[in-house]
Amino acid sequence: MSNEAATATPAASETGPEPVPHGLGVSLPAADARAKTEGTFPYAADLWAEGLLWAAVLRSPHPHARIVSIDTSHAREMPGVRAVITHEDVPGTALHGRGRADRPVFASEVVRHHGEPLAAVAADHPDTARMAAAAVIVEYEVLDAVTDPEQAFEAEPLHPDGNLIRHIPLRHGDPAAAGEIVVEGQYRIGRQDPAPIGAEAGLAVPRPDGGVELYIASTDPHADRDTAAACYGLEPERVKVVVTGVPGATADREDQGFQLPLGLLALKTGCPVKLTATREESFLGHAHRHPTLLRYRHHADAEGKLVKVEAQILLDAGAYADTSAESLAAAVSFACGPYVVPNAFIEGWAVRTNNPPSGHVRGEGAMQVCAAYEAQMDKLAKKLGIDPAELRLRNAMATGDVLPTGQTVTCPAPVAELLQAVRDFPLPALPKDTPEDEWLLPGGPEGAGEPGAVRRGVGYGVGMVHMLGAEGADEVSTATVKVHDGVATVLCAAVETGQGFTTLARQIVQETLGIDEVHVAPVDTDQPPAGAGCRGRHTWVSGGAVERAAKMVRTQLLQPLAHKFGMSTELLQITDGKITSYDGVLSTTVTEAMDGKELWATAQCRPHPTEPLDAAGQGDAFVGLAFCAIRAVVDVDIELGSVRVVELALAQDVGRILNPAQLTARIEAGVTQGVGAALTENLRTARGLVRHPDLTGYALPTALDAPDIRIVKLVEERDVVAPFGAKAVSAVPVVTSPAAVASAVRAATGRPVNRLPIRPQAAVVTPS
Amino acid sequence: MGQREGAAGLTTHAPQAAQAVTLPASLDEAVAALAAMPAAVPVAGGTDLMAAVNSGQLRPAALVGLGRISEIRGWQYQDGHALLGAGLTHARMGRPDFAALIPALAAAARAAGPPQIRNAGTLGGNIASAAPTGDALPVLAALEATLIIAGPDGARREIPVSHLLAGVDMLRGGELIGYVRVPLLHAPQVFLKATGRTGPGRAIASVALVLDPARRGVRCAVGAIAPMPLRPLDAEAWVAQLIDWDGERTLVPEALNAFGEYVAAACIPDPVPGEDGSVQPLPPAVLHLRRTVAALARRALGRALS
Repeated sequence: MSNEAATATPAASETGPEPVPHGLGVSLPAADARAKTEGTFPYAADLWAEGLLWAAVLRSPHPHARIVSIDTSHAREMPGVRAVITHEDVPGTALHGRGRADRPVFASEVVRHHGEPLAAVAADHPDTARMAAAAVIVEYEVLDAVTDPEQAFEAEPLHPDGNLIRHIPLRHGDPAAAGEIVVEGQYRIGRQDPAPIGAEAGLAVPRPDGGVELYIASTDPHADRDTAAACYGLEPERVKVVVTGVPGATADREDQGFQLPLGLLALKTGCPVKLTATREESFLGHAHRHPTLLRYRHHADAEGKLVKVEAQILLDAGAYADTSAESLAAAVSFACGPYVVPNAFIEGWAVRTNNPPSGHVRGEGAMQVCAAYEAQMDKLAKKLGIDPAELRLRNAMATGDVLPTGQTVTCPAPVAELLQAVRDFPLPALPKDTPEDEWLLPGGPEGAGEPGAVRRGVGYGVGMVHMLGAEGADEVSTATVKVHDGVATVLCAAVETGQGFTTLARQIVQETLGIDEVHVAPVDTDQPPAGAGCRGRHTWVSGGAVERAAKMVRTQLLQPLAHKFGMSTELLQITDGKITSYDGVLSTTVTEAMDGKELWATAQCRPHPTEPLDAAGQGDAFVGLAFCAIRAVVDVDIELGSVRVVELALAQDVGRILNPAQLTARIEAGVTQGVGAALTENLRTARGLVRHPDLTGYALPTALDAPDIRIVKLVEERDVVAPFGAKAVSAVPVVTSPAAVASAVRAATGRPVNRLPIRPQAAVVTPS
Repeated sequence: MGQREGAAGLTTHAPQAAQAVTLPASLDEAVAALAAMPAAVPVAGGTDLMAAVNSGQLRPAALVGLGRISEIRGWQYQDGHALLGAGLTHARMGRPDFAALIPALAAAARAAGPPQIRNAGTLGGNIASAAPTGDALPVLAALEATLIIAGPDGARREIPVSHLLAGVDMLRGGELIGYVRVPLLHAPQVFLKATGRTGPGRAIASVALVLDPARRGVRCAVGAIAPMPLRPLDAEAWVAQLIDWDGERTLVPEALNAFGEYVAAACIPDPVPGEDGSVQPLPPAVLHLRRTVAALARRALGRALS
């Protein structure tokens, strides 16, 4: 210990307690974390306005029916009811939809799914509103529901647009190619619900100019505003969407089936109108993960190198298109996984049925195919007698390889490195040293597990997902950075959905401007658009826009100083609020340099353009890709079929770690959502009717179901086209973990496990 | 935005908004309150009732809260029986002192849900809701528990729990479940439950099994697979005569296996052959349920005899 260090110690302690971390690469805590933990953070359901009315939406009890008549007279006459609206009260365009405008605000002639909105009521008490909605008399002529997507092709059209939403016949390579070894399989993936912890809620407030403000937990405020304005027959400027706190979003969270009626009711009554959805309405209304049927045939040579993959992928889109076309593109493009496949022939369809609506849920398309191609890899390994990890390594994709879409992978793709990392990580120990009654067996601490019937299995999953919108989507984002009085403010319409954008924006500004106090303004549509909060786009484009704006402010700040001292701004640096030159001659503070001025800059970030897939499914459709490898260890009670995931060891390609704590949290959350999809989460329907739309019937993973998650390796190989070199981290663990869990259950039981979620009867080993 | 003042000034035309809540301090007061307000609904833990209220399925005009009746929140001993208060919470029943008395009921209480539910939900509520998946019910059926029903003017009557669950004998207007009389058997008891996840969940199937050495009996009840717990009486009698009650009380694995199969086949019988003698096989899901019941019954007996 030198004298210098000894004298430095008291000086450091004078600066007070632990210095707050700042800048990129550190675990800066979220600014609103405390309020959210203490329950004081206001979400949409907590909002209040003087004289507000309560809304209720009448939803269809049938999956498919012709509407003979709608009689609202009884509802209107009920005391306390202020307005009842149906399709006749929609002044603007009757149809809306995220991917394609094919969905009515209110059903007029037919209802196409259980829970489709038919009418809405505003009343002065929530109970009155619900009773009035129930008092709307609708006469139906019940029609046969098309609930099997395979029958959608032949069935009578459910919609004027037809039953086929999109067909992609991907052809890549030589159709005559054949391998020595062929394995086939058929796989079914269930309907996962995003099940946000806070159900949908919103408040609409009429404006004096005849417009309306919507206070909702939107994840894409500008798109929601445009949809609402079109529906209300207003100019977009007269509709304002104010984003409230978002209580959980792993999908296009909001159900426009209640957002649009809210505004209509506010405009009609001239009063603020509020709605909080029940859990049942939430399950019925919002978009789910596409239930998918997949058929695969893999050809490989005797060494296990893949020669050809043939596949048919059928997505059940539900009654309306939503973003199903995009989901299908992802499913078809990643149908072979992160493996080198010289010849691929993939047919994909997204079809309309009378099942609950499907749409964007993170990892859509990619998650379903991952479960299937990894099952095929297990089959191949078994047939060839090769270790499953080794077989995957022999086929692993790397930078420079070509996707079945013909696109060359130019970003880092360290697939083999990830797989080796999880394979070589030590396996979890058996609980031999603890007393038997303390073992956590499948079925839980009070379950019926018996050690003698438990088998342990180890399996692998390797997955990939694309980042940002694909196929030519314009993924632009705009951000403004303002500095005044030593405080920086970020204005950007990127919604904090839990992905950590507001924290990241603060870190970026801290890093660039050396100002510690950074505020991120609440989001509304008066700000320029930043796009939807999905597929990692805000880290990429909105983060990029914030960085550019911050750099422009930096230049404005330093230019006069640099000019004065005759040096370029690059030779000056800002740290801890001090500006110093490279040679130490100049030293001043940011506050002094600001001299009371207010500095503003606005910048945009737009990733390089992509192109749509052509008629043969070929094209450079994706901006970037992210990869992940997971090794799952499961315990299976082979008599009861109960499964407990003991450990998931994960290695992921993250580009660059911007906030280690947030990164870990996002990965753990993604893995847990994947475990839910693998074992319990499936919104069941019977002939199109949703069964058990509640959190007892729909079993989300609890803390006991979440496995030990070991992040074995985070590969930081910067993606040169991304603003910080960082990749999206949330979606790829969701994509990969179900496949890994299924692979491990397969290893434990020897059963095929070709269906997700894995039902107990599929994990039972019956004595032969 | 965000302020919540003014809520009281909100006008309402909802007719049921005003609710009368009474909080009696004794069982007889509670019965009297129910007699005075026939439309009132008794509420103990509220774990089922409030879910029905929140989903709009139930709009009780008045509530009689049972939470302050201290006489039914504990237990006492009576002629070799325990007299359990209907207001005992699952959390209380899960504790070691209770587990020493009635181990199977304690195990069922511990498995009954997450801590929030177990802290509020009561034994009497479990019986009154009579949900097929109620975890206490197969245990009470296996124990052949009886219910002491409190009626108007201090009246008490006693009915077997199975009669209430089967609808043979119903609660009449103004009656409340006061106590549950359970024999103290001083022998191993087991409750096992198969669920869909590692965390707390509803039972797919459950088995309660108790040994009654004094009567040289094995009593078993299977829960969650039918509207009420099922008793495989033949299987019980068969296995009871195999056990050497004065000796080691162990059975060979084959006998345990056979017991499991016997119980499962009794609860989920083979389909009746058609007129032409053809037998439709059980659907895979039902077959799996039968295997689950067999495994649970075998494990339960094995643990009781180990």
